[in-house]
Amino acid sequence: MMHSLLLSLRGIGAHVIDGVWRLGLAMRFFSMTLLHSGQSFRRFHLIIREIFSSGVLSLIIILVSGLFVGMVLGLQGYETLRTYGSEEALGILVALSLVRELGPVVAALLFASRAGSAITAEIGLMKATEQLAAMEMMAVDPIARVVAPRFWGAVISMPILAALFSAMGILGGYLVGVMLIGIDSGAFWSQMQAAVDFREDILNGVLKSFVFGIAVTVIALFEGYDAPPTAEGVSRATTRTVVTSSLAILGLDFILTAFMFRGV
Amino acid sequence: MPAVTYIPSPVSDNLIEIRDLSFAYRERPVLKDINLTARRGQVIAIMGISGGGKTTLLRLIGGALRPTTGVLKVDGVDMSRLDQDGLYRLRRRMGMLFQFGALFTDLSVFDNVAFPLREHTDLPEEMIRDLVLMKLNAVGLRGAHELMPAELSGGMARRVALARAIALEPSLILYDEPFAGLDPISLGVTGNLIRRLTDTLGVTSIVVTHDIQESLRMVDYVYFVSAGVIAAQGTPDQLRASVEPFVHQFVHGQEEGPVPFHYPAQPYADELELAA
Repeated sequence: MMHSLLLSLRGIGAHVIDGVWRLGLAMRFFSMTLLHSGQSFRRFHLIIREIFSSGVLSLIIILVSGLFVGMVLGLQGYETLRTYGSEEALGILVALSLVRELGPVVAALLFASRAGSAITAEIGLMKATEQLAAMEMMAVDPIARVVAPRFWGAVISMPILAALFSAMGILGGYLVGVMLIGIDSGAFWSQMQAAVDFREDILNGVLKSFVFGIAVTVIALFEGYDAPPTAEGVSRATTRTVVTSSLAILGLDFILTAFMFRGV
Repeated sequence: MPAVTYIPSPVSDNLIEIRDLSFAYRERPVLKDINLTARRGQVIAIMGISGGGKTTLLRLIGGALRPTTGVLKVDGVDMSRLDQDGLYRLRRRMGMLFQFGALFTDLSVFDNVAFPLREHTDLPEEMIRDLVLMKLNAVGLRGAHELMPAELSGGMARRVALARAIALEPSLILYDEPFAGLDPISLGVTGNLIRRLTDTLGVTSIVVTHDIQESLRMVDYVYFVSAGVIAAQGTPDQLRASVEPFVHQFVHGQEEGPVPFHYPAQPYADELELAA
């Protein structure tokens, strides 16, 4: 009895130590990426390529999801607001929920599963097929040539994707609220314009998506780089990227919201 | 000892000198007391059974691993004292052919061969184009320069990787199992190519392989690595004539000999519980 308790305690301890190690390695990896970023910016075409594969190729899923989320917000918001006789405030509700929360968070979650998983799988397979080792043997640092451009490509894409998500969401809310249900178009737009503050709401939303972009990308790159070079290793790393970055997005969102909007 | 950067020294005829080298991975000894010399212009084969430490030795020569004890000199430079910059400078004069080519899958054949030139030189694009086509011509694949790696056969991928490895005109080329999984024609082509490139470019080639017949046909000298030590060495003719049991078993591919067929296990009868 005592022995099995000790064994399970030891198991928990080993897990914690392993976790702390990985966190340390990830931080070291992140610092190395930043250190080698100068080279990437001097060869900006590498970053442009990654903006295409992370950002442009994620556009469809982001735009379509944004439209549907906005349409649902329009329907749900209208039902709730009607109870208080303030249907015209639908524009505010849709815009604020998208710009402050749903835009950055949902776009980042979609980005993690679309672009994050692709980054992990690509880097993991490059490692498994010795492409990274070959690069090192050619005296080219893979962190500078492969990792840093992907990092900046994804980090630059993320806020733009979140902004597009919010814009499509507002369009979805407009379609349902104004075109379908028949709220006054002038009230929808003017109330939104009056209530949404550029610095408080929009900039904070952009800042959030920037932070989420960094978190998702570092996790995705590190998991790929650290993956055991086997089929199973790469598939597990891809799963871990999606799970860890989703949790990181939601956890960071709480912390950021607490500081931004409640003034903790 | 302070780290030194790479300064080429053309004084010695030996491109690689390994003296009393040992290497342990997490306290598990992998290589013990290795002595090896490779002269300029030679093709050297490192042979032995799988898991015997051949690839580890190649990785040590390439600087991916550091020896635990002993001296490893490439082009007169002590590898264990090189810093990252020095190692990278030395590697620009090395080419390595990985087992399955390790071509960059997102780049075309042309861009793969152009990769080291674009990374390490400021040559104009027209000159890079000429150089790439010349390297591809040397491996017989000039016509395939627009293909992607996924469109190549295994043998072609390795030849493209070889063109990439010689792009910067190295003085040392390392080959990790260049014959594994090739059909007989590709195998002969690759073997001839290694010999021809070594002779025409004046490079030193280190070939890790277990393909005995192809190796004995085209190399200058063979080192047999078994269980972490150099078990035998000699020219192909010496090895063919050798009566040493290990070499004889290896050269003739026999099941019985010093290298057992069975992995160590408890007695068969005990395992099947047949004992009375």
